[in-house]
Amino acid sequence: MSSTNTIVVLPDQSTAQLPRKNYLNQEYGLKSWLLTGDHKRIGLLYLFSITFFFFIGGAFASLIRLELLTPASDLMSPDTYNKVFSMHGIIMIFLFLVPSVPATLGNFFLPIMIGAKDLAFPKLNLLSWYLYMAGGIFILSAMVLGGVDTGWTFITPLSTHYVNTHVVTAAMGIFIAGFSSILTGINFIVTIHRMRAPGMTWFRLPLFVWGQYATSILIVLGTPVLAITLVLVALERTTGIGIFDPTKGGDPLLFEHLFWFYSHPAVYIMILPGMAVISEVVSTFSRKRIFGYTAVAFSSVAIAVFGFFVWEHHMFIMGVSNYSALVFSLLTMLVAVPSAIKIFNWSATLYKGSITFEAPMLYAFGFFGLFTIGGLTGVFLGTLGMNIHLTETYFIVAHFHFVMVGGMLMAFLAGIHFWWPKMTGRMYPASVSQLAAVVTFIGFIFTFFPQFILGYLGMPRRYAAYPPEFQVLNVLSTAGATILAVGYLLPMLYLPWSLKYGKIAGNNPWQATGLEWQIQSPPLTENFVETPIMDHEVYDYEWLANKTAHEVETVG
Amino acid sequence: MDSHAIATTAGEVHAEAHAHPAYLRHHFETVEQQREAASFGMWLFLLTEFMFFGGMFMAYLIYRNWYHAAFVAGSNTLNIWMGTANTAILICSSLTMAMAVYSAEMRRKKSLVVYLILTITLGLTFLGIKAAEYKEKFDLHHVPGANFSIESFVHPTSPRAIALAPDMAEKTQVYFSLYFAMTGMHALHMIIGIGILLVLVYRASQGAYTEGHTSTVENFGLYWHFVDVIWTFLFPLLYLISRYR
Amino acid sequence: MSEHINHGNLGNHGNMDMEHQEHHIVGPKVYLAVFFVLLTCTALMTAVAFINLGILSPIIILALACLEACLVVLFSMHIYYSSKLLKLTVVAGVFVFLILITMTLSDYISRAWGLW
Repeated sequence: MSSTNTIVVLPDQSTAQLPRKNYLNQEYGLKSWLLTGDHKRIGLLYLFSITFFFFIGGAFASLIRLELLTPASDLMSPDTYNKVFSMHGIIMIFLFLVPSVPATLGNFFLPIMIGAKDLAFPKLNLLSWYLYMAGGIFILSAMVLGGVDTGWTFITPLSTHYVNTHVVTAAMGIFIAGFSSILTGINFIVTIHRMRAPGMTWFRLPLFVWGQYATSILIVLGTPVLAITLVLVALERTTGIGIFDPTKGGDPLLFEHLFWFYSHPAVYIMILPGMAVISEVVSTFSRKRIFGYTAVAFSSVAIAVFGFFVWEHHMFIMGVSNYSALVFSLLTMLVAVPSAIKIFNWSATLYKGSITFEAPMLYAFGFFGLFTIGGLTGVFLGTLGMNIHLTETYFIVAHFHFVMVGGMLMAFLAGIHFWWPKMTGRMYPASVSQLAAVVTFIGFIFTFFPQFILGYLGMPRRYAAYPPEFQVLNVLSTAGATILAVGYLLPMLYLPWSLKYGKIAGNNPWQATGLEWQIQSPPLTENFVETPIMDHEVYDYEWLANKTAHEVETVG
Repeated sequence: MDSHAIATTAGEVHAEAHAHPAYLRHHFETVEQQREAASFGMWLFLLTEFMFFGGMFMAYLIYRNWYHAAFVAGSNTLNIWMGTANTAILICSSLTMAMAVYSAEMRRKKSLVVYLILTITLGLTFLGIKAAEYKEKFDLHHVPGANFSIESFVHPTSPRAIALAPDMAEKTQVYFSLYFAMTGMHALHMIIGIGILLVLVYRASQGAYTEGHTSTVENFGLYWHFVDVIWTFLFPLLYLISRYR
Repeated sequence: MSEHINHGNLGNHGNMDMEHQEHHIVGPKVYLAVFFVLLTCTALMTAVAFINLGILSPIIILALACLEACLVVLFSMHIYYSSKLLKLTVVAGVFVFLILITMTLSDYISRAWGLW
C-alpha cells in the first residue's frame, strides 16, 4: 500500500462544529474534577500539575544557568547552588519526566486507542494523582523548609551522615510519588491485557500502546527497589540502623547498586513513552504505515528488558569490580541496538512518505536529531576508558539532557501538539507553533552543545565556580537557555489562547488512523457510543481513505 | 446524520448494562473481565511488593557472606521458639484466610465472618509475640542506633557462644539492622493487612461478599498469603540458617 | 476437590486464550493438605537448625522454605489453577529478582580478584 503516493487532503475545518456533549461539559464544578473517575479528566489534572512542577524545575534551571554565567560563585553561595541543582534534578525527574507522557497522554489516550471505556481501575487512577500531588507537596516542603543538597542521587553516606538538610522529607516525597507511578503502571498493564476491544489483537495495537506497556513493566518492577532503598536511607538518618553505614559495617556501594537498579531503568521509563509518541507522530505526518511495525514494537520491550542489565555503568568510578564493569560495559552497548532499530525504522517510514511539517512533526524531527546525539554519547560513556575521563563532568550533563530534554521533552511537546485538537476540540495557531518548535530546537542546541565541549575539556559538574577559561562556552550555554525558555513559554501562551479563540478542529484534523481520531473531539465521557470493532490493520491509511465521512461518530 | 437514532442506541446499551449485576462497574463488559482484571492487578501489585522486599534480601545475602561470624552471633541471640511459634501462627492464619475465601465463594456469610475474625486474631497474636521479641532485643542492648552495645558479643555469658573480636562484634549491627528492617517492614504489612481485615469483617457482616462478588476477599487473600510467604523466608534466614559457623 | 463455576460466555474480546482461565474454587481439602505440609516443613526446618550440618544446613532449610513458598503460591494463591498470564507474572517477578541478585553479585564476587 505504501507504493501508492497518498495525496494528503486535510479535512475542511470551516464547517466543523464542537459537539454539544463531551467529557468536559458532562459535569461542572470543582468536585466533578477532584472526584472524577474519568481517565481523560485525570489526564488533564496530571497535565496541569506536571506543567506546574515543570516550571518550578525550570526556574531552578534558570538559577543554575545564571550562576554559571560568571566563573566566580557570586549569585549564590556554593551551598545554595548545591540545593538549587538538587531541587532541579529531583523535581524534573520524579515530578516531571517520569509521569510526563504516561500520566497525561497515556492516561488520556491509552483506553481510547484500545477501544475501552476507561482504564481498568479508575479509582486507583485518581488515587495515583492524589499520591503524585502528595509526593509533590513533600518535595516542595523540603524545598521551602531549607532544601536538599545531596543531588537527586541521594548518595550515601553523604545523605545519611554528612548533610544537615531535609533529606528525609524529600526521600518520602519521592517514595510517595513512586507509589503513584506504580499505580499508573499496574493500571496500564491490566488495561492493555484485559480491556482491548474486539479485534484489537496485540499486533493491531498502536505503537504508543506498546511503548506504554514496556514503560509500565519497568515501573512495576523497578520502582519498589528505589522505594525500599529510600526507606532504608530515611531509617538510617532517623533511627541510626546501619545497612549502608560504613562505620557499622555497611557498604555504601550497595546503596548505589539498589539505587541504580531502579534509576537506570528509570531512564527508559522516561524515554520509552517519548519514543511511543514519536512513532504515532511520524506515521501520521508521513501518511505511511510505520516501517517494520513488529521491530519497533519489540524494540520497546527489548529496551525494557536490557534496561535491567546495565545499571552498573553509573558506578564505574566508584570502586566496583573491574571484571563486572567489563560485563556491564558490554551490555550497555547492547541497549544501543534496539534504540538504533527505532531510529532506523522511523527514518525508513519517512522515506517516500507524504511528509508535512506541522508543529508535532517539527518537534519529532527535533527529537530525532537530539536523541540520536544523546544516545550515541551514551555509548561513549558506556565505554570503560572514556567513562573514567568523562564521568562527573559536563559531558555527562550534556548527554542526559540531550536524551531527557532533547528526547523526552521534545516528544512530550510533540505529543501535546499532536493530540491537543483531540483533547480540547480546538486548533492552535499553526505558524506560531511551528516557530516555537524551531526556537526550542535552536535554544536547546545552544544550551547543551557547549556543555559537551566543556565536559570534554574537564569542567566538573555540581560546582558553582569554574576556571575563567570556560566562561565563553558557559555564556553561550546560558544565552541558549534564554532562547530555550522562550521556546517553552510560547506554547504556554498559545495553547491556553486556543481554548477560546482557536479554530474548531473537527474529529480528525491530521487524517490519522488511530481509534482516538475516529471519535468526536473532545470525546464523550465513555469515549465510544458503542464498543468499537477493530476490523483493519493498525496505521491503515487506505482504510481511512475509503472510510465515508458519515462513519465518524458524533453525538449532539 | 440522524443523531437521534444514535442517542437511542446509546440508551439501549445503557439499559442492557443494567441487566448485569450491580457490582459490575460500567467500563467492564462482563463480570469475568472485571474479575480477571482485579486479580491480575493484584498480582502485579504483589510483584512490586516482592521487589520491595527483594532489595533487603539482597543486602542480607551480601552481608551474611561478608560478616558470617557476626551473623552467627546475632542469630543465636534470637529466640528460636518464639520464631517457630510465629511461623506456625502465620500458617494457621493463612489457612483461615483461605477458608474465608472459600466461604465467600460458597456464599456462607456466617462462616466468612468467623474465618475473617480468626485471621485477625491470629495476626494480632503474631504481632504480640513479635513485640515481645523486640522488647527482649531492646533489653539486651541489641537495637542499632538506639542503645546498641557490643558487650554481649565480645564477652558472651552463654557457654555455647564464641566471643567475637570487637571489630567483628561491631558488624552484628548490620545483622540487627537487617533484622529490624526486614521484620519491621513485614510487621508493617501485617498491620496494614489487619486494618483492611477489619473493614472486610464489617462489610462481610453486611453481606457484601457473599452474593457472587468475591474479588475483594480473594484479592485480599492473595495479599495475606504473600505476607505469609515473605515470613516463610525471613524465618529461616534470620533464625535458622546461621546457628553454626 | 476443586469445583468449576461457569461464569458464562467469556466474551468476544480480542484477547488470546492463554490469558483466560475458568474460575476455579479451591476446596478445603486442598487448603488443609497445604496446611499440614507447611507445618511439617516448619517443624523439619527448625529441627535441622539444631544439627550442625555445615554447608548443608542452609541448603536444606532454604530448600524447605522454597517448597513452602511454592505450595502457598500454587495452591493457596491459586496460581496452579490460573491462566498462563498470571503464571508468567510470577515467573517475571522471580526472574527480575534473580537479575538483581546475580548482576550485583557479579560485582561483589569479583571485586577483590587480582588484588591480593
